Amino acid sequence: MSAFGQAAAAEWVKLRSVRSTAVTLAAFAFTAAALGWAASSSVGEGDLDDPLVAVAMGLLVGQLLLITFAVTVVGSEYSTGTIRASLAAVPSRGRFFAAKMAAVGLAVGGAALAVELAVFALVQAVVGDLAVEWTAWSTIEMLLGSWIHLTLLSVFAASIAVMARSTVWPLAILLPVLFLSGQGLGNLEAVKPVVQYFPDQVGQVIMHMTVPGDPQFGRPYGPWEGIAILVLWTAAALAGGWLSMRRRDS
Amino acid sequence: MIEVSNLTKRYRGGIAVDDLSFTVEPGRVTGFLGPNGAGKSTTIRLILGLDRPTAGRAAIGGRPYGSIERPLTAVGTLLEAGDLHPGRSARAHLQWLARSNGIGARRVEEVLEATGLAAAARKKAKALSLGMKQRLGVAAALLGDPGVLILDEPVNGLDPEGVVWIRNLMKRLAAEGRTVLVSSHLMAEMALTAEHLVVIGRGRLLADLPTEAFIASHAESGSGASLEEAFMRLTSGAVEYRSGGAR
Repeated sequence: MSAFGQAAAAEWVKLRSVRSTAVTLAAFAFTAAALGWAASSSVGEGDLDDPLVAVAMGLLVGQLLLITFAVTVVGSEYSTGTIRASLAAVPSRGRFFAAKMAAVGLAVGGAALAVELAVFALVQAVVGDLAVEWTAWSTIEMLLGSWIHLTLLSVFAASIAVMARSTVWPLAILLPVLFLSGQGLGNLEAVKPVVQYFPDQVGQVIMHMTVPGDPQFGRPYGPWEGIAILVLWTAAALAGGWLSMRRRDS
Repeated sequence: MIEVSNLTKRYRGGIAVDDLSFTVEPGRVTGFLGPNGAGKSTTIRLILGLDRPTAGRAAIGGRPYGSIERPLTAVGTLLEAGDLHPGRSARAHLQWLARSNGIGARRVEEVLEATGLAAAARKKAKALSLGMKQRLGVAAALLGDPGVLILDEPVNGLDPEGVVWIRNLMKRLAAEGRTVLVSSHLMAEMALTAEHLVVIGRGRLLADLPTEAFIASHAESGSGASLEEAFMRLTSGAVEYRSGGAR
């Protein structure tokens, strides 16, 4: 096995060997399913006729737990002191960082895919006649985009935690921002020009939470342009995390 | 062999390691002595590449630690025994370390057995006593069957039986031809274990000599108490109490 493969395998063992991994990811599944189910009962009433919006609502609340997971995985290395053992075992900072991010990405990516499919199936069952065609491109695009959004946003958060070398600070900043945007911060006229480009916001178009032309909630970018902006955010955070990892003493 | 050459580490607040040079030879236990805050732990972190030196270099077998492939198979280290995830079992801690360096799963069971942790292998780190955490740290250091061992204050928290155990273990490892560097702030303990001493204070080298020579030159009798006094005299000018700790 390559040196990177060994480092990544070690990170995977670390994830699997603490209970908080299973607990946090199960909480994500439960929250996304519960909120998705609650929202699906409103589909067909009022303005809401797209069951995929109910799926997105569940996932967007559930993402708070994925962010918590990603930040905790990194932050616990620093709070427990295992970072010293980790870097003694894998002295290449770049290799260690890449292995850590790969493990976070893989765990979140796997959980996100399984959960979003389950929530989608649940919502489809609840809405009955209003169910969407699951082979339609708009459905596949939404599910694919949601998966990319959840996975990249978690890697983004994990990179921020590397820069902060802590669990508390990244969560104290990221969770309120993510929670407020769920409450519509990105739609407030005064801050929208800037906030709509925040990493948690740019996935909203592909997740059917808004459409480009909408007078109030509309965005000046399309679904995949939004994902491209998220890729840029994630790349920037990864670069920052890598630089921070390389430069600083542990 | 460990070579430290003109190693210097400056922090914003001051200097932790100051132009330090010494060599640790294989086949004997070398005690790395100094009062708390003398720079022992910083020196060890510099040797392991965890901290970056301001100047100078450290090499193990002629190479900087960071350039050693599968470093756990060359150098075993015990840093702080508490550096464990509280929710991870002793066995899982060793398993991830083993994976990271391509060490087989069977070796994990061997070191658990060798350190007396086999029965506690499934216990989470938070349920381990300090003495058991030290044993787990030793198990981690032995995992890759390395030729060089660097142990930072390994007797901390051990009961008398554990102290004797680790003393004999270090002597045996050195007798097998390995390089063993053991830091301590307890002169009396080192007098029983180490054949050679490297003494530092305020980050500077104070003495680098065989333990017997140290005893002959600094103390009238061989009792631990007077050795401790000799050590205190040697380091008295070099003790610095820092409010911010030694980090």
